[in-house]
Amino acid sequence: MNDTLFHILIIVGVLLGSVTIAAGLIYVERKMLAVWQQRKGPNRVGPFGIFQVLADMVKIFFKEDWIPPFVDKKLFIVAPTIIMLTILMSFAIIPFAPSWVVADLNIGLLFVLAMSSLGAYTIILAGWSSNNKYSLLGGVRGAAQMISYEVFMGLSIMGVVIQTGSFRLTDIVEAQQNIWFVIPQFIGFIIFLIAGVAETHRLPFDLPEAESELIAGFHSEYSGMKFGMFFVGEYLGITLVSALITVLFFGGWLGPAFLPPIIWFLIKMFCFILFFVLLRATLPRPRYDQLMSYGWKLLLPLALLNVLVTGAIVLLNA
Amino acid sequence: MFSSLRSLWMVFLKMFSKRVTIEYPEQKAYLAPRWRGRIVLTRDPDGNERCVACNLCAAVCPTDCISLQATEDENDRRYPDYFRINFSRCIFCGLCEDACPTYAIQLIPDFEMGEYNRQNLVYEKEDLLISGMGKYHGYSYYEQAGVAVGVKPKGGGENELDPVDVRTLLP
Repeated sequence: MNDTLFHILIIVGVLLGSVTIAAGLIYVERKMLAVWQQRKGPNRVGPFGIFQVLADMVKIFFKEDWIPPFVDKKLFIVAPTIIMLTILMSFAIIPFAPSWVVADLNIGLLFVLAMSSLGAYTIILAGWSSNNKYSLLGGVRGAAQMISYEVFMGLSIMGVVIQTGSFRLTDIVEAQQNIWFVIPQFIGFIIFLIAGVAETHRLPFDLPEAESELIAGFHSEYSGMKFGMFFVGEYLGITLVSALITVLFFGGWLGPAFLPPIIWFLIKMFCFILFFVLLRATLPRPRYDQLMSYGWKLLLPLALLNVLVTGAIVLLNA
Repeated sequence: MFSSLRSLWMVFLKMFSKRVTIEYPEQKAYLAPRWRGRIVLTRDPDGNERCVACNLCAAVCPTDCISLQATEDENDRRYPDYFRINFSRCIFCGLCEDACPTYAIQLIPDFEMGEYNRQNLVYEKEDLLISGMGKYHGYSYYEQAGVAVGVKPKGGGENELDPVDVRTLLP
């Protein structure tokens, strides 16, 4: 009975926590971008502008939720829900602290990869159903980008899996008691980071929604809370990738004992979220063909090589 | 690759540099004296209107936002009967100021003229007239001009010779 209650608490906590963090990232991103651009950022609503999130949310809820007459109505409505759904599903297997996990699947990592592949449907369906050339271009770009970066996103974490011998994320964290995987798997970490940025289509890899070329890409036609769902979905994606990097390469909840495990997890996760914002503040967007050739010609061979070398070393030590 | 990392680091260091934001309603930005903002009509040192209703400003205005009607007082002094500027059209180009032969119309460093009702942006003469001389102190057009409109007698102006009786100049 107590276990069931604890489990339900965790489910609710993960759901509310991740959505709250994702919404809070609206403020964090605006503030940190300002900090890195020598501005002050939101500072009007409440102390230091921390109620900016609430103001934004209230605003977006009261916006007209316009469905253009030329769109494919069903797909148009379904598309923004998919991104929220898949990413929230992925959060189910993230271990936030010892036994603080919704579903400790033995194929956890594969589940995440599968879910993030499904996330590509959001972009394709949104781009297709909008019946608008810019949306379609954005959708096609997004699909190509997500599928190609998915390939070595999976390959880059195989090094971790080989070293651990398990797809279960709890096992992966516990395998890092002695040394975080970022040191033996440094190349894997770099590739996963880049692929993660591309996977969440954040700047500098935000080609599906490149403002200067495609208006807003696949979500050009969206307004009101549907647009808000894309927005929150993007922030959820950042949170998810940051959480995954923490779990896979930076020892998850492990850390000196003076802080509880969940705090260590959150600290590490927020470092990577801030790194995502820093990336956005710094780097320009590459050209589309540059993005593709970078992925297929540089990162994919590198990821394969990483798997090969890791496998060889593990075999030699065994 | 290296340059990307370097720029990441440099952007990160911006965290510790001084903010460039001017928090507007509390902190005002510096506006130069010749900043082109709200348009005013100035008065000469005697406190009379400088404007002689010559219509040059209305003619030069690229957006046709100035409208005025010339009239004369009992001394034949020209002045605008009404003088109307529609600030919802005005682009603050300052051509009216350049065109003005009497330094009457001037642009001043003030831009806080927001209104909720568009009609309130149409300024009448009483809204435009200020009590001072604006940027050109001590200048009075009718002190310089040859006509006598009650400001000074004919020939009494600065740099002006006494009037000549043309009939005495016969050879």
